[in-house]
Order: sequence, then structure tokens, then C-alpha cells
Amino acid sequence: MADPMKIRANVSGDSTEVKVLMNHEMETGQRKDANGATIPAWFIQNVTVTYGGKTVLSAQWGPAVAKNPFLAFKFKGGAKGEKVQITWVDNKGDKRTDEAVIA
Amino acid sequence: MNTARRQVLKTGGGVTMLTLLAAAGWLKPGDAQAQTWNKVAFETKSLDETVKAMGGAAPAQSKDITFFSTPDIAENGAVVPIGVTSAIPKTESIAILVEKNPNMLAAIFEIPPGTDPSLSTRVKMGQSSNVYALVKADGKFYMASKEIKVTLGGCGG
Amino acid sequence: MAVANRRIVRWGAFALALAAPIVLGQGSAVDEIAKYRAALQDGNPAELWEVRGEGIWKAPVGPGKASLEKCDLGLGPGVVKGAYAAMPRYFADADKVMDLETRLVWCRVKLQGMSEADAKKNPFGGPNNKSDMEALVAFVTSESRGARMNVSIDHPKEREAYRIGEKIFYFRGGPHDFGCVTCHGEDGKRIRLQDLPNLTTKEGAQKAYTTWPAYRVSQGELRSFQWRLNDCFRQQRFPELVFTSDASIALTMYLARNANGAPFDAPAIKR
Repeated sequence: MADPMKIRANVSGDSTEVKVLMNHEMETGQRKDANGATIPAWFIQNVTVTYGGKTVLSAQWGPAVAKNPFLAFKFKGGAKGEKVQITWVDNKGDKRTDEAVIA
Repeated sequence: MNTARRQVLKTGGGVTMLTLLAAAGWLKPGDAQAQTWNKVAFETKSLDETVKAMGGAAPAQSKDITFFSTPDIAENGAVVPIGVTSAIPKTESIAILVEKNPNMLAAIFEIPPGTDPSLSTRVKMGQSSNVYALVKADGKFYMASKEIKVTLGGCGG
Repeated sequence: MAVANRRIVRWGAFALALAAPIVLGQGSAVDEIAKYRAALQDGNPAELWEVRGEGIWKAPVGPGKASLEKCDLGLGPGVVKGAYAAMPRYFADADKVMDLETRLVWCRVKLQGMSEADAKKNPFGGPNNKSDMEALVAFVTSESRGARMNVSIDHPKEREAYRIGEKIFYFRGGPHDFGCVTCHGEDGKRIRLQDLPNLTTKEGAQKAYTTWPAYRVSQGELRSFQWRLNDCFRQQRFPELVFTSDASIALTMYLARNANGAPFDAPAIKR
């Protein structure tokens, strides 16, 4: 399985702020290697963030998202001690799910 | 021949009917069994084409879409921070496009009710270019743009 | 005034008028780049290396199934907090001055039974080729964040390393007759739009040293100080600066000691 994400979830007023760093090459498919062969595209296509069984953010990404992607956003609700889950799926079908406790 | 079928024939393999239906706005995100990925939208070369692939038409420029923590100059195009906030009521999604990239669409974020229509991420820019924030709110499309210059730093790698 | 002189004065004034906006433009470009750097601070991918490095530090490997948790970085076996801010330093058990990477190689060999060749393998990672060393550096240095640089030169071998490092800094050679001093010996130098720190001033030396290692956006990797020096040598068209060589340790000693007093602020993020 791929390397873990670094997730920070913090209560901010009546909302929860989520910041996540994901471990992924996000290869565009435009680059060539030393032998001139094209390095195949390899990138996260879908991201889903859930809290309490509900999706609080979902995204479709292309290879133009930067390597080791960063994402920050806020949703209403969430209390200290509760959990937020984040899942990503890439174009090779590889996936990764991590969760964080809201602080 | 109906448009959907013509599109399937044109785009060929790798594009499922579900994806096309979602692109045409006939399916709401989350309806599909598997994760949908709007392949057509991610391969478009213009703002209008992208909006069409997302099921809309001619986005109106809006001052209610603003960029934050988004510098005018990126020291390196590999990582360009982009923050977008939409003050348009009923914002459903925010997309980020880089005009001069090989394919314009970088990301689409679906914002369910209860989530702030404001987020930040980082994109790659191949060269200095306009960056568009495309917002879908209450079924209609709006956009704002910002020019970001990409420099080449001094020390090679 | 003679006609010719008047023309010169007029052209001079014209040239000045042209130059002014360019100078101002450069100033605002510098401000914008500062904004770019600030926007990158939140969410530094270096943290991914720190987490991986901590895992490697704690992983039992080798014939004795030993982790690195007994590695002495100068403050006692297993004490990581604040250790980097006091490195390079003399280690009695090796009877030599070592920087962090040299010491990590030592610990991997002595505690984990690795061969020196294996411990030194792949110091600088790339896509699909992660470097354990870079991850360990990220973890260990993160535990010195906030600590004031306090590199000692009490031991004669530390003083010797400092002196040799200083000599290397000023040594000019290679096809361009460059030395470190060529780019880093004066204020106001830059390469294209990148300002170069003046390492011969206290302020310049402190700011530069305390922000390495760093996630280099243009590399897509976390890069250590050994990498920084190696890459400087490459840019000067010098022969390769061998990983953990005495020359690399001496140069690090010189630059680290010159940063004494400043709070360590890495792993950072840079272009």
C-alpha cells in the first residue's frame, strides 16, 4: 500500500479545518526518462473526505495537481475526539485511506 | 444519432457511459457505483470546452470568486499554491484550470452543503499563464481569473 | 554647454528614467516571491519525510534486529532532540568530526550491522527511489527545530575541520575559477531571479544554514545539507563532492559554526 498521508484536523469555531499532505508522485505523463521513453502518467484521480459517514468533500484531480498534494478546507461541525477519513484512488487503481482525530 | 452515442464513438475506450452521463449532468456525483472521473473534462484545451464537459455553458465572470494565498509570481511552476473562495450562494463545485497547461483542467472539488466553498491546494504550471477558478452554483457556471507568472529560479535544479 | 554634452546628458536622463521602473520592478518581484514562499510554509511535504524517517529510526533491522534508537548523535544514546543544532562535532568513539549523515552511516554500521557501502547507498532519492538517509535527516533535524545553533570548536579536530572548511569556501578552481565565495561572498548577488545569500556575514550565514534540510519544490524531494553542497560543487563544475567525505564535513563545520546563535528552523520548504 502507498505511504500514509499527514492529516491535521482542528476545531475552528463551529467548523473543522482539515489540512492534508498526500504522498504521491503525481506523474503527468509528459516527462521522458534518460532513455527518451515517456514516463507513464500516475496520479490521484479521486479524493473523498468523510466525517460521521457523510462526504464533506470530494474531488476529481488531474495530473496538474502538484506532487505530494496539499489540500486545506473547512466544514461545519466536528468535535474534538471525532474522526475524519480521507481516501484517495489513483489512475492505476491504487488507493489509500487514512484517518485523523479532530483536535 | 443522439449526441451521447456520438460522443461515445468519438472518445472511444476508457470513457464509460456513466462518466459521460455524469459529464452531461444527468447523474449527480455520488450516484455512480465506482468513482467517476470526468476524462473528457480533463482533456479539454479551452475554458468553454471544459465547462461544456462539466455540463454547462458560457461561465459569467464574477467578483464573488476570489483567490487567496495565491501569489502573483511562482518561483517554481512545479508547485503553485492556489486558494479559491466562492461567495456565490449554493456553490456546488469549484474547479481550477490553468490556461497554458497541456490540458486546462487541474482539479474539480464538489462542495456538499455544510462545507465552506473555500479551499486551497497546489497545482503545476508549465509556464506563466492565467489561472481560472470555475464555480458551479445552483446549476449555473461562474468564473474568475488571475495571472500568475512563473519564473525560473537561479540555481538550476 | 556644447551640443554633444547636452545630448549625452539627455540620453543619460532617458536611460535613468528607463532604469528606474526596472529597479522598482525587481523590488516588487522580490516581494511577490516572498509571498510565494510564505504561501508554501503551511503544509510542507517535508513532514512526509519526517514521518518516514521516524519509522526508519525505530525499525529493528539487521542480524541483531536493532533499531537506531541507541544511536548517539552527541547528546547521549538515543537523544535526538537538539542534537542537530550541535553538529558537526567530534565523536570520541570514531575519533573524528562527523556531520549528521556521517554519524547516521556510523550508527547503521555499528548498531545495525550494515556494510558501509549499503549504509551510504542512495543518499539522494528520486521518483520511485526514496532515500532512507533523507528520511532520517528529516526526522532528526525536525527534532532540533527551535534550538539555537551551538556548534562547538573546543576540540582540536573540530578547530581543524573549521579551518579546512574555511579554506575550501575560499578556494577557487574548476573551469570557471569559481569558489563558494564567488557566489556567496558579497551582498546583492543573484542568479537569474534567485537572490544568493552572502555567507561571509553573520546574518547571511545564519539564515542560510538554519533552513536546510528543505523540501525542494523543484526537486520534489527533501534535500539535506550534504545534497546542497554536492549540488553547489556540480554547479561550479568542480569534481563531485563525495557523500560524507572529509571535505564535505569540513565545509559543513565551517558553515554550521558560522550560524551559531540563530534558532534552527528546518526542515523548511524552498523552490
